[in-house]
Amino acid sequence: MTAHPDSRTPRWAALAALVTGSLLLSACSSSDTGTSSGEGGSPKSGGTLTFAVGSDAGCVDPQQVGSNDTIYSLRQVVDSLTDQDPKTGKIVPWLAKSWDISPDTTTFTFHLRSGVTFSDGTPLTAQVVKDNFDAVPKLGALGTLAQGYLSGVESTTAVDPLTVRVKFKQPNAQFLQATATHSLGIESSASARRSPQEKCSKGVVGSGPFVLNGYVQNQSITLAKRAKYAWGSSLWTKQGEAYLDKLVFKVVPEAGVRTGSLQSGQVDAIGSVGRANEAALKGGAVNLRQRANPGVVFNLGLNNSRPLFKDAKIRQAILFAIDRQQIVDAVFPTGTEPATSILAHTTPDYADLGSDLAFDAAKAKSLLDSAGWKAGSDGVRVKDGKKLSLTVKWFANAATNQPALELIQQQLKAVGVEVVLKQLQIAQFSPTLQSGDFDAVWGNVTRADPDILRSSYSTRLANFYHLPATALDTALTQQAATTDTAKRKQLVTQAQQLIVQNAYVVPVVELQTQLGVAKKVHNLDFEASSRIQLHDTWIG
Amino acid sequence: MRLYVVKRLAQALGVLWAAYTVSFLVLDYLPGDPVSAMAGAGADTGQVDPAQLAALRHEYGFDKPVLAQYADCLGRAVRGDFGDSVSTGRPVTSTLADALPQTLQLTGAALLLAVALGGGLAVLATYTTLRWLRQLLLSLPPLGVSVPTFWVGLVLVELFSFRTRLFPAFGNDGLRGLVLPAVTLAIPTGALVAQVLAKSLLTALDQAYVETARAKGAGRLRIHLRHALRNASLPALTVVGLLAGQLIAGSVVVETVFSRDGLGRVTAAAVTVQDIPLVQGVVVFGALIFVAANLVVDLVYPLLDPRIVVAATRKVRPA
Repeated sequence: MTAHPDSRTPRWAALAALVTGSLLLSACSSSDTGTSSGEGGSPKSGGTLTFAVGSDAGCVDPQQVGSNDTIYSLRQVVDSLTDQDPKTGKIVPWLAKSWDISPDTTTFTFHLRSGVTFSDGTPLTAQVVKDNFDAVPKLGALGTLAQGYLSGVESTTAVDPLTVRVKFKQPNAQFLQATATHSLGIESSASARRSPQEKCSKGVVGSGPFVLNGYVQNQSITLAKRAKYAWGSSLWTKQGEAYLDKLVFKVVPEAGVRTGSLQSGQVDAIGSVGRANEAALKGGAVNLRQRANPGVVFNLGLNNSRPLFKDAKIRQAILFAIDRQQIVDAVFPTGTEPATSILAHTTPDYADLGSDLAFDAAKAKSLLDSAGWKAGSDGVRVKDGKKLSLTVKWFANAATNQPALELIQQQLKAVGVEVVLKQLQIAQFSPTLQSGDFDAVWGNVTRADPDILRSSYSTRLANFYHLPATALDTALTQQAATTDTAKRKQLVTQAQQLIVQNAYVVPVVELQTQLGVAKKVHNLDFEASSRIQLHDTWIG
Repeated sequence: MRLYVVKRLAQALGVLWAAYTVSFLVLDYLPGDPVSAMAGAGADTGQVDPAQLAALRHEYGFDKPVLAQYADCLGRAVRGDFGDSVSTGRPVTSTLADALPQTLQLTGAALLLAVALGGGLAVLATYTTLRWLRQLLLSLPPLGVSVPTFWVGLVLVELFSFRTRLFPAFGNDGLRGLVLPAVTLAIPTGALVAQVLAKSLLTALDQAYVETARAKGAGRLRIHLRHALRNASLPALTVVGLLAGQLIAGSVVVETVFSRDGLGRVTAAAVTVQDIPLVQGVVVFGALIFVAANLVVDLVYPLLDPRIVVAATRKVRPA
């Protein structure tokens, strides 16, 4: 998050990961700029890919880590039960050949592939999956992301050697997508039984196409190709082993040094390319690859229990007063899109509500007028002797936060709303949300499943934004309990409309992950929930 | 002499205790809670059992009253145990011990370079009779002190790594990887050495004993190096003691720019995630290095100028 603005983030939980960490946690899937696949002749095996990332999470257990800089490497070490198609959001087979979900979405039965082994030689069985899912909740606060996906689990049972059944106390439609994430990547039984600290420092044993070979804190993570690997995701183009022999992830915190190292050929790819580095990378032997993170977009998370925000007209006025395109153009990397819903367009079941989010200062002003707020002597509106002023709390986890908020401040000033910006330490994020001591917070949440709306805005869960109980709750609860994809899409669309039209929170801009990749590197592609897969990657 | 040493040692211990106590109080006063930071905001989504958080707090001793925590931590710290890092679970002392060699290598190389470059520059500037050369040389140290280390590092990387590829831009590997960071760190440090030494050399050259030596027929170079430099090096030596602190602080920036592992990176990382045990370890350890360097300087003084012990010992006695 960034010690250095773009670098570090602690481990965040599902919601939180996304909220604060997301700039750091880049989510990525198939690129809008086209995949590199197929260009530059025929693929060849061998070689080393050197990838410079900005930070080191200090831990090499994918079940515990939430920072994308570290997930880029660890994702390659573990396989998941399922994979998610970045284009369609559809869940497809990986370690599980198939699965059955009970109609009430409480019970998930996975039929495992046979012949899969971990790098310690042990085979994948239903018992191994059970050992993993039994161990994850014990990670507790150390593995909030993984633990969150499994919350409410009643039991995991090995039905037979290759069939495992996970039963939840309540309907839990998000779980299928969760099995596609790195957080629920399957480790060998011995590995799953190690203490969290031991897994962090010594690494884990997975069945993935690469094996962890070396970890030097704050320096590098080295991976070697797993020979005879033969159980790749159904989305991958190459069968069997990966192309590359070796992957080296170097930790290079300084963005300028990362950029120069890529330009000068000292590394093959870099993470966290900001707008400031783009110019240097254009025109050279480098491709910029971008993808919007799925999940909740960057937004002003309004505290709906504040007297000011109990009036829908004020919330809506703020929503209309923000010129999203101007913010995107001025602050964010090229290709970043203004918010067109509370969900980013790369999220499954996203609905385009762009027309509801169009900039309209005149409408904002008339809403404020009709709510009784009249222009004061200094341009700030006043009602009953009180100024129309709100404080936005923000956290220094991304270099774009401050300039974006300063622009929002100006835009709202233009319609007579005063915005005070208050920067807090990242460690204060949790206490702030929990205490409810805020008018508005700036943040986002990365997750490639629309259930993130329920975690964020259901009044039956934490309800950080203090929404009133409305029909929104019903939609959010029902979407979590249906296996009917058409019905779920309709419910999720309805939820997005309710959030945007009532302006419970104010969506502003999608978070985009941007990588710099040398042109000689092919098929370095984004996967659905935010990270990269390197099995199909080759250098030529 | 013994009293002088004992007094200096007591002072050093006092500084260490103060560093520990002040950092403890500051960290305790800071908002936020290391356990929540550790769990991420997930702690508030209701996805993490509060009982688990409480257990973690208990495990790290954050649930005790501040005074008890302080007494407990200080007691263990005296025995060399700074607890475990909250972010990695590794013992603080072994994290620091791992990072130390890298930083010593870097700061040691930088200090040697700084003394050689800064000292050489000062001697040359004061020795030359060419007015323009002296002016030029004397204008360099203020420049060296004022340019930001961060910027110097980036310029050096651009010139000698990205453009000419003479040295690697990042990493800890070997001597070649040490060159650019050491030079970066040596520039502000060497500039300080040069500034102080040049000034005291000029003062020394005005002293009566120089006239005496000259009257006795000593050569110019001999006077400059044997007589003036010896006397002028005392203030410069004081500066070298202070430089230990500057070098450690500078390593935070240099290690970040050059992606080197070391105390500086550990510090930056620990502060970012509010890893309290680790921050404490770093503060005390940094103070220890600083105090040790100054202790050495204090103990070397009397060797250069015996009058110092007399003055120092006299002061402690009540009149």
